[in-house]
Formats: sequence, C-alpha cells, structure tokens
Amino acid sequence: MAPVAPRSGDAIFANVERVNAELFTLTYGAIVRQLLTDLEEVEEVNKQLDQMGYNIGIRLIDEFLAKSNVSRCNDFRETTDVIAKVGFKMFLGVTASVTNWDADGTCCSIVLEDNPLVDFVELPDNCQGLYYCNILSGVIRGALDMVSMKTEVTWLRDVLRGDDVKLLKHVPEEYPYKDD
Amino acid sequence: PLTKGKQEVSLSAFAFLFSELVQYNQTQVDNIGELERRLEDAGYAVGARVLELLCHRDKGNRRETRLLGILSFVHSTVWKVLFGKVADSLEKGTEHEDEYMISEKELLVNKFISIPKDMGTFNCGAFVAGIVRGVLDGAGFPAVVTAHFVPMEGQQRPRTTILIKFAEEIRTK
Repeated sequence: MAPVAPRSGDAIFANVERVNAELFTLTYGAIVRQLLTDLEEVEEVNKQLDQMGYNIGIRLIDEFLAKSNVSRCNDFRETTDVIAKVGFKMFLGVTASVTNWDADGTCCSIVLEDNPLVDFVELPDNCQGLYYCNILSGVIRGALDMVSMKTEVTWLRDVLRGDDVKLLKHVPEEYPYKDD
Repeated sequence: PLTKGKQEVSLSAFAFLFSELVQYNQTQVDNIGELERRLEDAGYAVGARVLELLCHRDKGNRRETRLLGILSFVHSTVWKVLFGKVADSLEKGTEHEDEYMISEKELLVNKFISIPKDMGTFNCGAFVAGIVRGVLDGAGFPAVVTAHFVPMEGQQRPRTTILIKFAEEIRTK
C-alpha cells in the first residue's frame, strides 16, 4: 500500500468539528482562576497547569497522529515544524513559526503570533510570576513524550508580560530517536 | 478593541480542556454535590464575562430588563455564540410559576462524557448551569440554576435540562 500523504493543518482544521474560541478562552480563564484560588502560590499554579497540559498531551497525540497521517519525523527540525504548522493549526486554528535554532539543532523557539488563550486577559500585579499559558507547554511535552522524545519546554516571552512577540517557547534537551 | 468573535478552535481542544477541568475539580472534593458546585462556579465566571462581552458587541450596550427578554437572550444569543446553535427549547415550568427550563438534546459538555454508575446523578451540565446563572445574575435576575438529565422515549441518551428558579424578589417584580 502506498504511504498516505500527510495532511496540512488547514485541511484538517477545516474538517474537524469546531467550537467558538471564546468559549474555550473563557473556560481556560475559569480554570486558571480556580487554580489561583485553590493553590494560592503562583509557582504551584504554573506546575498544575503544566501537569494538566501533560495529561492532555498524552491523549492528544493519538488524535493528532490519526488525523494528520504524519509519519515518524526524521529529525527534531521536522518535529518542531509539524508542531508549529500542523499541531497548532489543527487544534487551535492558529499557525506558529519556528526560529532561533542553536548550532546542534536540539533547541529552538516556537513563536505564536496568535494565541486564543490570552484574549481578554490582563495579569494583575500579584500574578507576575504566572505563566498564564503554561498548559500549552505541558501539552507539547506530553505529546512528544508519547513518541519517545524527552523535551523541556519553557516560556521565554509572553505578551501578557508586556513583551511584544506574543510568546516564545523553547525546546532543548536530547531527543533520542531510538531505532526500533 | 473587541473582535468579531468569529474565531474557532477544534471541538477536541475544548473537550480536552473541559475534561481537565472536571478531573482537577474531582481531586478537590469528596462528594458529587461539591463537584457540581465547583463546576458551576467555574461556569458562573464564564457567564458573567459572556454577558458583558455580548452586551457590548451585539446589543449596543443595552441590557435586558424584562424577565422574558433575558431568558430569550440566554436561549438564543448566548447559546448561539457559545454552542453554535439556539437551544432546543425554552419552556415555562407547569408546576411552579417561577421556573423555566432550557433543554438541549445533546449538550456540548455532555457529549463525550459518560457518568460512571457510582457517581449517581452527577451532571457536567452544572458548568453550563453556572454560565446561565452568571448571565442572569449579571443582568440583575438572580436565580438558582441546576442541570438535570431527562430520559427521552426512543432515545438512547437523555437530554439535558437546565432548570432556572428565580429568586423571590424577581417573582414579585
């Protein structure tokens, strides 16, 4: 059987059921607010959001692989490209770009020009340490974990903290492509 | 500036997120009532913002002051924006003058959820009930809002009914 061609993020997004982004944004806001009330410490909230994202990531990868026809990536560059162009598009309807590669090709930044999670959000002074969208980095880490890639995902810049670029992610660490 | 609000995300992105909301709240409670109350609180926060957003965007900053006006606003405008369709029905309770019901055959938040037997009457619709309560409260119509499953003849899955019981002062308004 001939291999199936991978589908573009746009094509997948056009074919899946969709919901209003504001429902999504406001629901996420409600989650963050609950966490801030329950956990009190901003650091703890960051951790919990990351954990929730990880839980999502390990489930989301199945749907991603099933719908995208993407086969195993040959290197980390290809992986990040797929995340930025297909992954973000397919689930959030937005496109991200990849920049800032280090010399070894093990670390790069993903730039989100448009992030539905941050609409209507303003961080109060006492939440300055909060990585509001930390759930997204958890999702990426969890999803990649399921395809045997250990990564670290951290936030470099965030529009909610007054940086101009919407936000910037960064994925270092070794990524063992084990040959089975 | 307010955007048109036409952006969309995939339904599964929402479903994943919502399921995390439910699971997280499950770790914070030790009974079903408490879980529903927490989901309702989360929904309330959404409802309060939805009211504000839609009043600015769709209604030229005017708010409904009549009971039936605000109910149809919830049933039509709010539902359309949040769930992409008008709610299946809006009815007045037959037994009590102060009760109204909004029913939905397949409520978005219940779509992927099956309730384990040991969780009894638990209904994720509590989140939507919270949204409704948030909208009504913000508009000056405080009410107790709850979500219930209603079995339907010939259908495998029950429909969800959001029961709205207005506070005493509204009834005599």
